[in-house]
Amino acid sequence: MQNLWLIPALPFIGFLINGIFGRKLPKVAINAIAVLSVVLSFGLVVGVGLSSDWGTNPVHQHYFTWIKSGAFEVGWDFAVDKLTMIMLMIVTGIGSLIHIYATGYMAHEEGYYRFFAYLNLFMFFMLNLVLAANYLILFVGWEGVGLCSYLLIGFYFVKKSATTAGNKAFIVNRIGDFGFSLAMFLIVVSFGTLDFAKVFEAAPGKSVEVLTAIAMLMLLGATGKSAQIPLYVWLPDAMEGPTPVSALIHAATMVTAGVYMCSRSAAIFTHAPAAMELVAIIGLLTAVFAATIGMTQYDIKKVFAYSTVSQLGYMFLGVGVGAFSAGVWHLMTHAFFKALLFLGAGSVIHACHGEQDMRHMGGLRKYAPWTMGTLACASLAIAGFPFTSGFFSKDAILGAAFAHAPWMFWVGVITAGMTAFYVWRAFWMTFWGEYKGHGHPHESPWSMLGPLVVLAFLSIAGGFLFNVPKILESMFPIKEVEGEMTLTAISVTFGLLGIGISYYMYVVNTELPGKIANSLGGFYRLVYDKYRVDEAYDTAVVQPLVEGSTTVLWHGVDQGVIDGIVNGVGHQSKGIGGVLRRIQSGNIRSYATWVAVGAVALLIALGLGGGVR
Amino acid sequence: MNLLDLLIAIPAIGFLIVLLIPRPMENFIRLFTLGFSLLTFVVSLGMVVGFQNGQAGQQFVTNVVWIQNPEIHYHVGIDGLSLWLIILSTFLTPIAILLSWNSIKERVKEYFALLLLLEFGLVGVFAAWDLFLFYVFWEVVLVPMYFMIGIWGHDRRIYAAVKFFLYTMAGSVLMLAGIIFLYLQGGTFDYASILDQLSSGKIVLNHLQETLLFLAFFLAFAIKVPLFPLHTWLPDAHVEAPTAGSLMLASVMLKMGTYGLVRFCLPMFPTAARENAPWIVILAIIGIVYGALVAMVQPNMKKLVAYSSVSHLGFVVLGIFSFTQMGLDGAVYQMLNHGISTGALFLLVGFLYERRHSLEIADYGGVATAAPWLSTLFLITTLASIGLPTLNNFIGEFLVLQGAAQVHFSWSIFASLGVILSACYMLWMYQRVFFGELSDEVRHHMPELNAREWACAIPLVVMMVWMGMYSQSFLPAVSETNAKILDQGKMTAPVRAMAQVNGGNANAR
Repeated sequence: MQNLWLIPALPFIGFLINGIFGRKLPKVAINAIAVLSVVLSFGLVVGVGLSSDWGTNPVHQHYFTWIKSGAFEVGWDFAVDKLTMIMLMIVTGIGSLIHIYATGYMAHEEGYYRFFAYLNLFMFFMLNLVLAANYLILFVGWEGVGLCSYLLIGFYFVKKSATTAGNKAFIVNRIGDFGFSLAMFLIVVSFGTLDFAKVFEAAPGKSVEVLTAIAMLMLLGATGKSAQIPLYVWLPDAMEGPTPVSALIHAATMVTAGVYMCSRSAAIFTHAPAAMELVAIIGLLTAVFAATIGMTQYDIKKVFAYSTVSQLGYMFLGVGVGAFSAGVWHLMTHAFFKALLFLGAGSVIHACHGEQDMRHMGGLRKYAPWTMGTLACASLAIAGFPFTSGFFSKDAILGAAFAHAPWMFWVGVITAGMTAFYVWRAFWMTFWGEYKGHGHPHESPWSMLGPLVVLAFLSIAGGFLFNVPKILESMFPIKEVEGEMTLTAISVTFGLLGIGISYYMYVVNTELPGKIANSLGGFYRLVYDKYRVDEAYDTAVVQPLVEGSTTVLWHGVDQGVIDGIVNGVGHQSKGIGGVLRRIQSGNIRSYATWVAVGAVALLIALGLGGGVR
Repeated sequence: MNLLDLLIAIPAIGFLIVLLIPRPMENFIRLFTLGFSLLTFVVSLGMVVGFQNGQAGQQFVTNVVWIQNPEIHYHVGIDGLSLWLIILSTFLTPIAILLSWNSIKERVKEYFALLLLLEFGLVGVFAAWDLFLFYVFWEVVLVPMYFMIGIWGHDRRIYAAVKFFLYTMAGSVLMLAGIIFLYLQGGTFDYASILDQLSSGKIVLNHLQETLLFLAFFLAFAIKVPLFPLHTWLPDAHVEAPTAGSLMLASVMLKMGTYGLVRFCLPMFPTAARENAPWIVILAIIGIVYGALVAMVQPNMKKLVAYSSVSHLGFVVLGIFSFTQMGLDGAVYQMLNHGISTGALFLLVGFLYERRHSLEIADYGGVATAAPWLSTLFLITTLASIGLPTLNNFIGEFLVLQGAAQVHFSWSIFASLGVILSACYMLWMYQRVFFGELSDEVRHHMPELNAREWACAIPLVVMMVWMGMYSQSFLPAVSETNAKILDQGKMTAPVRAMAQVNGGNANAR
């Protein structure tokens, strides 16, 4: 068996070389290092996948003891089972494509080396996350990808909005990590270890209360990383980062870490039904909520960002209703079509010289046919068009949701309709009609189109090629759902309806959207303003904290009360102060003498005190 | 004479020699102190090599009579707790000297001499095994720091120095009283002997006495830590101190307080320590959150870092008073971590100050464009400080919080809030200083790091990664000593209870 550590180590080496020497290297060298390190890592993953023994006997490798205190020990351990294998394939496969794409997309940017160094560092941490054999090593990756996300969102660091978005992402994720950390503390308290194998083996024997508490704390962690209510607010802002980053980190890989973590912890979740229910409800709520916002946005990346939030909600719905493998399936297909949507959006933005507002696009089908063709594939997949990748995975989730609670299915189906609507709305607005932007739009270079074509193929055929529930059957048994054909028919109908309505509104009768918006008035504004959640958080949390810390704690308690007392005492002993001031201008010997005299005086005083005792 | 004695002697000799060097030979003085401090460091590394893991007791012991009457011993030795704190002191002193190379222009001789005196005191404090000797070293440390703030400080240096002095003195006096009380009871200042007599019941303390003694020691240490609400000397001292002063103060001197708690308060007064733990823990947790919140709104970089220290040291106290192996291991590890990463923060803030001559965050912006490497090192330090896994602070914080969770899960909930807030204050500062448009004032005053500055910063960054990735180089020695300290507390408790019953009977008669 190969050494698993090489898989993350390669991108890490790429990070070190480009990070330290990149400024002096030619672009060709930077490209070669950045791309090759990830592609080689992908090769290693394939190698591990092809070696026959991992499926039946999960591989476990221990490298060194990371933390040891008393009986508690955490090793730097990696393990591979089928779930990890799927994640490894997605991360390194999509990662390779996006690295290649980025060499074209970022070609004219300043700080080229820095970008690829961060991207490689991200790969390192993400691979650590999925290879981890215990919660703490997973957490290393978890926090590490958060760091890279922060660095890449704020890549254009001269721009204040970019660095503010980076801070927001980091801090909101820290709130989630707060939950994750507490979950780990509770696991150690009740299990005495953080090793997956040991924890999952012992989980059935633990009380439901403890398991529920652990699962809910983990869920808080997952809502941060995977942008679910109430912590989703950072993801839309994260679009400040370069588009390849949005595709890789904020669509295909990092944001799915929460789904991965919950699936990984299935042994805990399945014994905590209340937590499962909460996962499903949060997922479903987020899916609907984000979809409504997505229908009103004009910034093409913002549309896809809310779409990501919404689709992640689907995955959580799957996990919550017990269909873990369906959730992971959607994680995979979503990685295909959402990465493609973002890369396609990047190509569109590239074509329009940096414009992101869809109202200033249109008619691009003439100028960027390859971009259009590939984006159409992604849009069909996300709309659940029959036999595309998204069709299979969404169907599996909705079927399981119906078996769990029919109302969840119905809400899910309506959301599917909205999804089809907003994605195709974006499609029509960019590619149909007349070009309304500035300059001459142009098609992107082949370094960018190549990955688009590969992803387009996967978006169409990916669900068919990789039947994740079948692959994971030994870990997550498949439950048959009655009347599946009917359910499928219903969800496909809603998807087609969404596409049809968007065609009517944005191609046939383009006056209509404005009229509808006007007739909805205040409600439309509210949705358009993203329900003003950011503003509410600011007023309810951020401002009071900052104001309170300034006036009450700093000026009030610190300078007012405590220093008031201290200075009061100091004032009383002004005599001593005077002596001190004289000493300050004097020399060392006089001071030392003074200390000695003081010490002797104290000795005498205390000697007398001792006598009194 | 063993390595430890040598280690204590070298800085003292260096200090005396510098006093003899003629004042105008400034460059020679700089080189000389640097050489001496490097020599000290090398000798201290020899101690690491010679240190035997697996024996929790003292090593490198020397015990001779220093003063006949009252009998005071020169009794020094190290165990896993003192070892790394001594290394921290000897590791940081050359850096402190190197970073003051150009920034100190007046009274050069006194300044560099005092740094060696400071090192002497610090090594002594962590090595002393005689209570009176400990007290002497404790006071010796006070002297150079007082002068560094008072002479080479900024505008409000007198206020800060006096405040620093008064605060610390107030605590020291109480501790001295406690030491003398113990002497009168046990007839010795020797720490090992006092511990022995306490556990065997030769020194009998009633409940009130033990509590008062505990409080006397505790207060001295808590001021030094500093524990909320005794912390207000710290921001002033830091802001006014020269960079090297801030570095040594934050990195090592604060650890004298937490070291004292572990070394003396826990083993000598285990019952009182446990009885008083609940309110101490509450103060520690308040400190964690309070320090972070106040740090968040500071307009001055040094003040921000100072308040962040209040928050970080709260973790240390929390770990100590959790009385768990993990909590205590985490606390000691966190002492070292804080020494490295907060030391590095002060160092880098010092670099910024030398360039732009301001500590106000608002005077900066866009530094990342002008000085990318300075910004990169600052970022790594920031990440270490906010507990990013793979860097040092994470391991300490994790162990402390885990230890706290083991005792009361709610402790870990409230304390973990500090981890969220640390990201807020550090990243907000980083954004305002390093990101954004580069203004002309910053552009003209922001050269990239020079060789001397690299030499100061790189060892610290290396340690952040080393301690964050491979704690096994450091933790085993610490763990063994901590296990012993926890054990002492447990073993003495029943003996104490019996002694108390006997004492009670005696009083009744």
